[in-house]
Amino acid sequence: MEEMENARWRDLDKLLTRPGNLVSPNFEPRKELREDLQEYVKVLVVGAGGLGCELLKDLALSGFKKLEVIDMDTIEVSNLNRQFLFRMQDVGQPKAVVAARRVMERVSGVNIVPHFCRIEDKDSEFYRVFDIIALGLDSIEARSYINAVVCSFLEYDSDDKPLEETIKPMVDGGTEGFKGHARVILPGMTACFECTVWLFPPQVKFPLCTLAETPRTAAHCIEYAHLIQWDEEHRGKTFDADNSEHMQWVYSQALKRAELYGISGVTYSFTQGVVKNIVPAIAATNAIISSTCALEALKIVTGFSKILSNYSTYNSIAGLHTSVSEFVKENDCLVCGPGVLIELDTTVTLQKFMDLLAEHPMLKMSRTSVMYQGNNLYMQAPPVLEEMTRSNLQIPLFELMGKVPKDVVHVNGTTNIDDKKSSASRKVRVTFKGIADEVTDMDTACGG
Amino acid sequence: MIKLFKVKEKQREAAASANGRAPVKKQSAGELRLHKDISELNLPKTTSISFPNGKDDLMNFEVTIRPDEGYYVGGSFTFTFSVSPIYPHEAPKVKCKTKVYHPNIDLEGNVCLNILREDWKPVLNINTIIYGLNHLFSHPNHEDPLNHDAAAVLRDNPRAFETNVRRAMAGGYVGSSYFSRCI
Repeated sequence: MEEMENARWRDLDKLLTRPGNLVSPNFEPRKELREDLQEYVKVLVVGAGGLGCELLKDLALSGFKKLEVIDMDTIEVSNLNRQFLFRMQDVGQPKAVVAARRVMERVSGVNIVPHFCRIEDKDSEFYRVFDIIALGLDSIEARSYINAVVCSFLEYDSDDKPLEETIKPMVDGGTEGFKGHARVILPGMTACFECTVWLFPPQVKFPLCTLAETPRTAAHCIEYAHLIQWDEEHRGKTFDADNSEHMQWVYSQALKRAELYGISGVTYSFTQGVVKNIVPAIAATNAIISSTCALEALKIVTGFSKILSNYSTYNSIAGLHTSVSEFVKENDCLVCGPGVLIELDTTVTLQKFMDLLAEHPMLKMSRTSVMYQGNNLYMQAPPVLEEMTRSNLQIPLFELMGKVPKDVVHVNGTTNIDDKKSSASRKVRVTFKGIADEVTDMDTACGG
Repeated sequence: MIKLFKVKEKQREAAASANGRAPVKKQSAGELRLHKDISELNLPKTTSISFPNGKDDLMNFEVTIRPDEGYYVGGSFTFTFSVSPIYPHEAPKVKCKTKVYHPNIDLEGNVCLNILREDWKPVLNINTIIYGLNHLFSHPNHEDPLNHDAAAVLRDNPRAFETNVRRAMAGGYVGSSYFSRCI
């Protein structure tokens, strides 16, 4: 049995049992490394679609034995050209469930737990237990959400250095037609998703008046039907892009309009593409990006080779082009940055806290508003909100924060540093004296 | 980087300390940026704001504009704002709740304002949208029509346009459309 296992993982063992020149600084080759990988490492795959199916397969075949997958969707016929774990008879079933089952059938020894739900339906404790999270998502919103959850685990020491054991790595893949990217996110060390979100170009939106008065393209006709005509004819009913009757209605209205204006190109599938912002997917792109992500996951966890640093692109629209760039972390990032550390007595009121922010050399913040965990503790404007939050000023911050020993608070206001006034949003790490556990720096002999 | 034995330790620790953790944070980066925009709101005197879901839901609010000059002086027009979690990457969705006779606002409440769609940039904010909406009332524009009848009247016969606006605001018919009183 053991001999069979050794034969089966022979190639992986070569990577894990031999020293080399391209290994990570802390790599210790030993023959138990593969068993440790299989026994102790839990990986979450987010998404069981084009990337997710490939990721589950790649991770299982790379030696990971404890996987979980989360996806809220069910299988549709259009998925079958690339989401290879699914067949015609699976249409309508939850993707996560079928994907997990199929990979477990083909790769002996792997265990995959499926979760058929939205990523927002799980609380952050669910995500905390994983050692590495692989993303096969299709929207900025979902990535932003997971990034926020994972970066919320990050803790810093009093020198504003991230505590290594709170860093939860993510490998994020994305594809669109002939293009794709794979990136490594080590919260607190590399740029997080939010650090670079400003790089996304704004979405293409047509002026409403063009749609109404002077349509020139098939997309104009479709968007007019989708955004304007729908509400006119279906007052109160929300348009559901996944409802084929709704889509059919938009298609036929768009077609009529296109004929009226002498515009060609309105087809049912193009209508779906415009309304749902779909770009046709190619199996090879997903396979390539996913394999990059799975390889990075293996490298991060075992250290057998240097990790991607930290963003790679792939474009096969004309020949083949790949590149690697290094995104730099934003020190002031509201999601992954250290923020400013402030120690307080439990008796300090919200007003006093704001006064301290005005005096703090790194902040010097005035006209301050304070937000904690989605609750607005104090808003200095507009007048209606100022009135509603004024009573909080005299309450101890410790109470307003639910008596936790330490947590992150966000503040907005005008900072006045080096005589330069500017509007700023800052993260503040609040620690209450006498309550917080003394943060013991974990043994960092193994370094960065 | 992650060493495997630390991974083992984390597993044991996570089990032990899971109960002592603070509750899950539920705000997105979009909410943080929106919080900043709202806390810096500088409303013109024509404009007021309300938060139907209370002080902790800044993503859905209403803005009421009472123009103090121009064709629409005296009227009161309410807009609903719906901000997405990926704000400011996406512009807020703004619709006019009050039925109004206006060349750039249709009878369903869709508003033709460039910065709400094709000219939105993340550097813009709620203040800029509010100024833009105020501008629609002080300078209705027959060149970007959503309501082409109103736009044609404004272009060809401004006196008739003024009459139509006053009739609509007072409560009455313009053409075959009925407008409720909003003055």
